[in-house]
Amino acid sequence: MHKIWLVIKREYFTRVRNKTFILSTILLPLFFIGFIVASAYFSIKSIDKQKIAVEDNNGIFKTSFQSDKVITYEFPANVNADNFKERGYSAFLYIPEHFNSPNDSVSLIANKQLGVDAEQKVKDQINTAIRNKAFLENNINKKVLDSINNIDEDELYKFSTVIKQGDKTQQSNSGLSSAIGFGSGILIYMTLFIYGAAVMRGVMEEKMNRIAEVIISSVKPFQLMAGKIIGIAAVGLTQLLIWMILIVGLSSVASSFISHDMLQHAQNMSPAMGQAGANSAAANFMNAKNTFLEAAPWSLIIPCFLFYFIGGYLFYAALFAAVGSVVNEDPQEAQSLMLPITMPIILSFVIMTTAAGKPDAPISVWGSMIPLSSPIVMMARIPSGSVPAWQIAVSMISLVAGFILTTMLAAKIYRTGILLYGKKVTFKEMGKWLFRKS
Amino acid sequence: MNILELRNIKKYYATQKAVDDISFAIPQGSIFGLLGPNGAGKTTLLRMITGIFYPDSGNIFFEGKKFEPVKDIPFIGYMPEERGLYKKMKIGEQALYLAMLKGMDRHEAMKKIKDWFVKFEMQSWWNKKVDDLSKGMSQKLQFVITVLHEPKLLILDEPFSGLDPVNSNLIKDEIYKLSQKGATIIFSTHRMEQVEEICDRIVLVNKGKKILDGSVKQIKFDCKENIFKVGFNELPKPFENNVFEIVNSKDTFLTVKINERYTPADVLEQFLINKSSIISFNEILPSLNDIFIKKVEDTKLARQFEEV
Repeated sequence: MHKIWLVIKREYFTRVRNKTFILSTILLPLFFIGFIVASAYFSIKSIDKQKIAVEDNNGIFKTSFQSDKVITYEFPANVNADNFKERGYSAFLYIPEHFNSPNDSVSLIANKQLGVDAEQKVKDQINTAIRNKAFLENNINKKVLDSINNIDEDELYKFSTVIKQGDKTQQSNSGLSSAIGFGSGILIYMTLFIYGAAVMRGVMEEKMNRIAEVIISSVKPFQLMAGKIIGIAAVGLTQLLIWMILIVGLSSVASSFISHDMLQHAQNMSPAMGQAGANSAAANFMNAKNTFLEAAPWSLIIPCFLFYFIGGYLFYAALFAAVGSVVNEDPQEAQSLMLPITMPIILSFVIMTTAAGKPDAPISVWGSMIPLSSPIVMMARIPSGSVPAWQIAVSMISLVAGFILTTMLAAKIYRTGILLYGKKVTFKEMGKWLFRKS
Repeated sequence: MNILELRNIKKYYATQKAVDDISFAIPQGSIFGLLGPNGAGKTTLLRMITGIFYPDSGNIFFEGKKFEPVKDIPFIGYMPEERGLYKKMKIGEQALYLAMLKGMDRHEAMKKIKDWFVKFEMQSWWNKKVDDLSKGMSQKLQFVITVLHEPKLLILDEPFSGLDPVNSNLIKDEIYKLSQKGATIIFSTHRMEQVEEICDRIVLVNKGKKILDGSVKQIKFDCKENIFKVGFNELPKPFENNVFEIVNSKDTFLTVKINERYTPADVLEQFLINKSSIISFNEILPSLNDIFIKKVEDTKLARQFEEV
């Protein structure tokens, strides 16, 4: 045990002290936060203030149009389609006297695109004005109309989806839970590759530097492999922890830079764009902290994430180590030998994209039980809160059994491979090593 | 007493018998040469002695008891033929790490490393990386790392390859010193002049089998071919005789091979009858190099792949 501990310490400290580690650990969250702040900033910056001159021939719009921070409506005389620019307006809105046939066209004249967003707002204003006019003409009291218009749906009621399983009920927010599921799935997917490849490179380095033989005359091959795998796991956890601290810390700093008002803007703008633009992502992210994140089952998500992060890593790391041990100088060889390991990881990613949206689909359920894909797929399902406890238990037990099995098999390949030079090893030979007694 | 004893060791790989029933013993405190051509099974043998491989059958005894790798490894130092060090790790830390893996505590390891670094004038290397060292320098470092924990049994696979004569001598002196302090040393090499100079005993293996085993002196004696070098004032004229054949003639020397059933005295007698002016008469023992080549040539040199 003492020797494994020495190996773990070496693996950990040589990596943590490495410049690339320090850079990537600090720069990645900075980059992430920077991206969000920058996109929020630019989306707010890019809101053009518009001043629109309106020629209102029947006079009903003057009272109804309401200027806001982005668009100001004015009703000047003597402004027409030819001279609105000189008078300092960004656009000219012509509204005909009657609205009796589709031939009566309202036209917005501008000398550059106002943007989908602004056009939609102008249309909304016109529609509201026409609707109001129709209500009033049909003897609806102005007071009543105003009070109806001023109803704020959010104050009237709150919408929530509740998941009910037996006696247990749970708040749900399917959009949010699928986002969290997707996010954690991707994170585990990436870490499997990043840290798995780190294990493989470490083993290849020891083999190619020929230090493996020196070390194996002091420690058992299994101790060396296990020490490396655990050491790199510790590096991964350290990195994850630093990222979490930095992201939480920096995002609160960043959100204090962007005023609530500006965020409101960004959010108001985005639905009109009809898509999840960068600014809406930014706004959602900033808002997330206060509102819906509280609803997610964090007490389940965080321990599960740590479990699947470590479990998934352990399941694949030993396999990566085995591949590293049979590779000779040729990096091409590593590529082809890695294929059987990378395929299931990529496949799990594909299943995960389904599981994040449909956590209870059969493929999601099966994918989250089989240890090959469970670390990625199960993490996509858990935030939904609808995964029965027995499924989590089966998945966890099979993952633990799985990584014990892969580690045992990989150790057999590793032990032989690490001391074998200059020979291309086929899968068939590796198979023989698996069934050979020591 | 024998520090190490191998009894009927076998290790078969898929396509060949790497070590096929080899037995020998190494006396405590000796300098022992393990010789053999490429692919003879030397490295496999050494890996079994260092606990890296387990023999398929047969037993290894270390200090009279059955060899238990976990327990006995701290008393063995092994410098493999393929040198290996972490290229990106600082030299001082690396030496410390490897010493601690051998079971030394930190404080003791640190002290030993410093002593050796001073002895080999390597103090300025501490914070350098192996990448910065020349081949000879890293060879010295490797040697230091191998002997740091003062092993009772030191196994050196081609220890002088890549070293200049000055550094070769430096390491050779250290090896003698360690031997005087009681360490047993196993040398594995194909450089016969070094073996002749350093080793007390040798074992020659080829194709997984032991061919020769014994003290250098004894082996040379056993392999001698009754060849003598005779010096003259003036080279005698050739004459017919049954006693010897002239193998070689150079300057005023004749190299003669004595035929069976005759003795050196018979040779001298022949020359004296001829009134030759003899001034010297020496037996030529074969060099280990000759013995090696002759013994190995008797068997097929290159290994063939075979079914096991």
